Amino acid sequence: MIRFINYLIIAIILIATSAQSQNTPLRLKITRGVVEPLTFGLPSFSIENPETAQIARVLERIVAADLSGTGLFREIPKSAHIARRRSFADPVRYPDWRAIKARALVTAAVNKAPNDQVIIKFRIFDVFSGSQLGKGMQLAGDVNSVRRMAHKMADQVYSRITGEGPYFESRIAFISESGPKNNRLKRLAIMDYDGENMQYLTGNENTVLAPRFSSDGKQILYTSWETGFPQIYVLNVETMLSKRLPTPGGGMSFSPRFSPRGDRVLYSMENGGNIDIYLMDIATARSARLTTSPSIETAPSFSPDGRQIVFESDRSGTQQLYVMPVAGGESRRISFKDGRYGAPVWSPRGDLISFTKQTKGRFGIGVMAVDGSKERLLSASFLDEAPTWSPNGRVIMFSRQTQGPRGATSLYSVDITGRNLKPLRLRSPASDPSWGPLQR
Amino acid sequence: MRLSYFILIPFLAAAACSTPGKNLGSNDWTDDSGQAGFDAVIGAESDPTSVAFFQKSVGDRVYFNVDEFMLNEDSKVALDIQAQWLNENSMYLAVIEGHADEQGTREYNLALGFRRARSVQEYLVAKGVSLLRLKTLSFGKERPAEICSSERCYSKNRRVVSILNAGTR
Repeated sequence: MIRFINYLIIAIILIATSAQSQNTPLRLKITRGVVEPLTFGLPSFSIENPETAQIARVLERIVAADLSGTGLFREIPKSAHIARRRSFADPVRYPDWRAIKARALVTAAVNKAPNDQVIIKFRIFDVFSGSQLGKGMQLAGDVNSVRRMAHKMADQVYSRITGEGPYFESRIAFISESGPKNNRLKRLAIMDYDGENMQYLTGNENTVLAPRFSSDGKQILYTSWETGFPQIYVLNVETMLSKRLPTPGGGMSFSPRFSPRGDRVLYSMENGGNIDIYLMDIATARSARLTTSPSIETAPSFSPDGRQIVFESDRSGTQQLYVMPVAGGESRRISFKDGRYGAPVWSPRGDLISFTKQTKGRFGIGVMAVDGSKERLLSASFLDEAPTWSPNGRVIMFSRQTQGPRGATSLYSVDITGRNLKPLRLRSPASDPSWGPLQR
Repeated sequence: MRLSYFILIPFLAAAACSTPGKNLGSNDWTDDSGQAGFDAVIGAESDPTSVAFFQKSVGDRVYFNVDEFMLNEDSKVALDIQAQWLNENSMYLAVIEGHADEQGTREYNLALGFRRARSVQEYLVAKGVSLLRLKTLSFGKERPAEICSSERCYSKNRRVVSILNAGTR
């Protein structure tokens, strides 16, 4: 089956404006305390070409869902709006928005260029200070990229108000599951961060596990039993072609992760019953062994600067987390509270490490500082595992499996404050998420 | 409206093409119980040299304690019988398949399955079975034999199964 390659160009045009405040008071600082979601008005987008009426409604819905989905924003329903806007150029009647307690206002217009490109213009306003927040912006893309344009627009609103990096315009690689628990079929799949545009990347003839995106989003590492034995494969997301990673001696290998620059791969390999972490240089296919303990060393993850790794080892008797320099040297244990710690993942910001914790027969996702201090659990259930970070380091996605013979897996996300724990709405069971980079 | 700033960002929205050798349809799935390349010929249970006899009367699997890969006494007794039978029926090769219960992270359990398989392989070799006849493999927690979420099933899933092939050498 040949699918068409959709190529599109998005042009971002910042629209110059006369009146804007440089230091706006509209700023939502995300802290661990209880926050009241920031209210926003999102009046119906101005339709500058009748053909874009339906697209405008789709865009509105996605932008609102992205913002409300963070748990940090709350939309004031359109039925409550007082101001009636006729065109994008209408001046903002701030008192009408203050009266309904909207703190932010987002206005937009949708048009169509002669070459059929969809064009979105939007502006963000700080209602209380009565000024525009940053410059207006224009996006253009083909009709198939409407969802992406909506995510890009929502990202701008989110970023300008929170000061955090964007993350809505990103994709998730994961394992799509089907079939009963004792005969589960697993396929590598990819989707937008919100679960839309799901697409399979492998067939279901071989069990596959634990995909990991490269930091440019173009490749995915995963483990497959294609040869009958677990081996690591690297898949090109654009061509969907995969090839086996040339591990030394063809040993059973798993748990692969790209280096931040994508030129090296950390992985675990079994050798005579001993499982250690190795580092392969992709260009030369040479591997170096990083750990030598006669215990299980697996689930490695690079620090964002590529200089250190965090991994799990049961050398102390139970699974615990260790940090060591990539260049070699002493590893240092960082997990010390009760329980077992596995599957560590270094935050893209570099300040936190997320992990799966097993304690008293339950599993939870947690975060700790790089030195092991400030440990906090963000979730707990029968079986939560496999955390992955949003590109801006604010949100963690993970797998949750329910208990019992009909136990099924699904994906959840949670803010690193511990708030906004929620399932991703998907049509089929899913596990092992890997959050890709912001799309370029 | 004056344009003050202009950026062009090209990218691929969705790129996909066919993958040789990978049918993405849903009707092409085949059972992968023999996927290690060992096609088992089961034979008759009454034949003491058959795979069926090995599975039913000799016993093709041993069990492990929670989070353990060392063999317990029951497992050693079972493996003594397996080793004796394998030594008497040297036409068979075996894949030693390690498994874990669902209480563990995915990659750790894969590693644990490897270690369990190696424990069994080492024991069989110590009892005289040629190392060349025994391959090891792990499925971690991916292939539970029993599907309930309690110790009754977990104890059956923490296992190593010896899968025979009517060998060609």
